[in-house]
Amino acid sequence: MTSRPIVTLSGVAKTYGAFTALDTTDLALGEGEFVTLLGPSGCGKTTTLRLIGGFELADRGRIEIAGEDVTSKPPYRRPVNTVFQEYALFPHMTVAENIGYGLSVKANNVSAPERGRRVAEALAMVGLEEMGHRRTGELSGGQRQRVAMARAIVRRPRVLLLDEPLSALDVKLREGMQVELKRLHRELGITFLMVTHDQEEALALSDRIVVMNRGRIVEIGTPAALYDAPATPYVADFIGASNLVPARSAGNDGRFDRLVLADGTALHRLRRPEDRAFPEGVAVLAGIRPERLLVAGPEDENCLEGRIVEALFHGDRVRIEVALNQDGGGAAASVFADITRTASSAAGATTPGELIALRVDPADIMLFAAEGGR
Amino acid sequence: MSARRQDAGAFAALFSVPFLWALVFMIVPYAIMISVSFWTRQFPLFVPDFQFGNFVQIFSDPQYTTVILRTLKIAAMVTLGALLLGYPLAYFLVFTVRSERMRNLLYMSVIVPLWVSYLLRAYTWKIILGTDGALNSLLMTTGVIREPLTVFLYNQTSMVITLVYIFVPFMVMPLFAVLSNIPKTLIEASEDLGVGPFMTFWKVIFPLSVGGVVAGATMTFCLSFGDFVAPVLVGGPDGTMVANLLQSQFGAALNWPLGSALATLVLLLVLVVLQVSSRMDRAGRVGLS
Repeated sequence: MTSRPIVTLSGVAKTYGAFTALDTTDLALGEGEFVTLLGPSGCGKTTTLRLIGGFELADRGRIEIAGEDVTSKPPYRRPVNTVFQEYALFPHMTVAENIGYGLSVKANNVSAPERGRRVAEALAMVGLEEMGHRRTGELSGGQRQRVAMARAIVRRPRVLLLDEPLSALDVKLREGMQVELKRLHRELGITFLMVTHDQEEALALSDRIVVMNRGRIVEIGTPAALYDAPATPYVADFIGASNLVPARSAGNDGRFDRLVLADGTALHRLRRPEDRAFPEGVAVLAGIRPERLLVAGPEDENCLEGRIVEALFHGDRVRIEVALNQDGGGAAASVFADITRTASSAAGATTPGELIALRVDPADIMLFAAEGGR
Repeated sequence: MSARRQDAGAFAALFSVPFLWALVFMIVPYAIMISVSFWTRQFPLFVPDFQFGNFVQIFSDPQYTTVILRTLKIAAMVTLGALLLGYPLAYFLVFTVRSERMRNLLYMSVIVPLWVSYLLRAYTWKIILGTDGALNSLLMTTGVIREPLTVFLYNQTSMVITLVYIFVPFMVMPLFAVLSNIPKTLIEASEDLGVGPFMTFWKVIFPLSVGGVVAGATMTFCLSFGDFVAPVLVGGPDGTMVANLLQSQFGAALNWPLGSALATLVLLLVLVVLQVSSRMDRAGRVGLS
């Protein structure tokens, strides 16, 4: 977080009967930040969003928005607005009426001409200038999504909450809307808090990602930090894909960690300053992302060797499954590798049954303790 | 060709029974009723004729117009009463009761009285409101009055109370259905946009429940418009409704042509009500997706 916090959760918890939806949690969102809550279903990400929106009240803890304690305030007294998962547009109103709805109530104190101006402004912002008079039932999925966005930003909230905003759209549309979301965030300059289970979406849009699992925050970091140097195997596996290969530590020489796989293959890994040092003989997991395994030349070092079991054609690349050599007699371990397809990369290198050697850069290996961390 | 003939045979086999049923028990009786309304009475016989004397009599004799207007008034009051009672009840069931089991239990308790004989339910109010009734006993034991009052029973108010009690489930059922179908996220969206619970009700929940209001009001209105038991049991001398008038024309007064003319008029009134309600329903209908 780079700026002063606009939303702070301190010791917030929520249970439904015996189910702990959110374990005691602290979280701070910076002004103007784009933060994503990422995790599998039931991890507590939606509960966190709903607690901030005021649709659920916390059992414990304190929620502050813009310096004001809103812990027990209803949604209509909070300076946030929400884009709902299924959009929740009012079916008995036109597009313009939907957008102007939040400004139309007397208590909100916006004059009719001012309201009309702001509705038009919001429509323009989401590219629906001509659609104001339409009924919401006549709109396509993408247009409904835009109306939901316009309705949520027209009241100029301090924080915009987005509950799986793109999940109801098809793939092509979703990519277009990702660009739109990023643009809106830049133009509005307010804090966005988005819930998603789609890690690619989280990586593409966020300034920071909050990875959650089983009602707890597992790790918080920038997309690059979480992708390149996750703290736990869980995060390594959840964000992007990772091969987690069991290995044994053979100590380190200050610059490199030395690892030995079950088949006796020795790997070395470039250490970072803050890395934990594993004593010799301790069981560890070596994490290697599939796209960072490269087909090795005869001279290369730091290689894994094995036989190709399966090859899946993806167009831009071939994903191969390689069963590692089992000279050590241990359980069969296999790794996945993404081989980029170019005119020069040999097609024969990805035929099932072939032997193959895969090279990995010492800086591209992640290292975790074998037990725990989940 | 033979396949088509087979289809026609199957079609006839499938639809002949309901068609015959409708013909014998609905279309023919209506035709008879309408044609008899043009006959003349030459006591004690009814002579086939084509004249509008019966209708003229209905509209010129204040006795009949009074009863028709009174029936309309009572049906309207029953509808309003049932709406004022039924809407909050349905709203409470859908939005306030949190547990699904409790909601179903309470909903059943609204519906279950329909299984009890209609006559019995009407008679209950005679017992409650009568001179030795529960209400008078209660007021006397609590010392509010010393002598039993007769004002509770045998008037239009007691009829409205009884009919509201009897028909309120027909109001609650459609309201419960439409309110249950309103997505909870719409209410959350409204509150999210800074609109409090009261305005959320007027601007989101009520407009989306108009279909249920129209359906419930139509049923309650038509049912109470044609009622003839409540006037007999709890209505007083000024409580006669159209259905009682009809009954007497076919019974004691022995004037079938006039009775048929009245019945035709009632049929037309009900058709008008149904037309109006279906227009209103269509105007208020929106796709809840």
